[in-house]
Amino acid sequence: MIKVLYFAWVRERIGVPYEIVETQSGTVMELVEELKQKEPRYEIAFSDLSAIKVAINQELCEFDTKLNGAIEIAFFPPMTGG
Amino acid sequence: MRISVQLKDFDIGKELKLFNNGDTNIGAVVSFHGIVRNNSEKSLMHMDIEQYPGMTQKAISNYVEMAVERWSLYDALVIHRHGKLLLGDRIMMVATAARHRRDAFQSAEFLMDYLKSRAPFWKKEVTKDGYQWVKSVLDDESALERWR
Repeated sequence: MIKVLYFAWVRERIGVPYEIVETQSGTVMELVEELKQKEPRYEIAFSDLSAIKVAINQELCEFDTKLNGAIEIAFFPPMTGG
Repeated sequence: MRISVQLKDFDIGKELKLFNNGDTNIGAVVSFHGIVRNNSEKSLMHMDIEQYPGMTQKAISNYVEMAVERWSLYDALVIHRHGKLLLGDRIMMVATAARHRRDAFQSAEFLMDYLKSRAPFWKKEVTKDGYQWVKSVLDDESALERWR
């Protein structure tokens, strides 16, 4: 079980701020593919991965990073702070 | 070192007074603050800043530690607001204290560059016609290159 969080327009497209997902996926990419199979809203949100960043356990990582028992994973657009 | 992610406004004068706490090693303090400006169509009503609670603190601490080590800073301060902000409101501030001005200037710029594109904040511009998420610009990303 992993807590999946979404922020900004990714959150809006998915429709929830977070959800608990039961998954056997080994990498971030596998999890994304698994989510895309679920419902069209995921397919839409994840259609352009170059516009999405990912963090595992609150640290930025890549799409080929292994989940390795991660507690939480977050998907969001490039940051615009400052 | 102080990092604060907060909804409420802050007083720059008060913050800088506390920051310059009499450490006689400090010879230079640089501070920067960002404010909400109008969009190019001059139609901004307000701005909403979303954050990733927990990760914001963590990420900022990380970059502050990097700056302190790289420029031998005596102190560093980052305040970043989130939530609803009006035109002209202060969004954030950074202050750095070093022995010499060059280190203070450079570390403040470093922190600004990292806050802009590595701290998990997202700006939304609200106008009377609706809203849009502020897009990141390539310049912000390439600004990080010079620190590598």
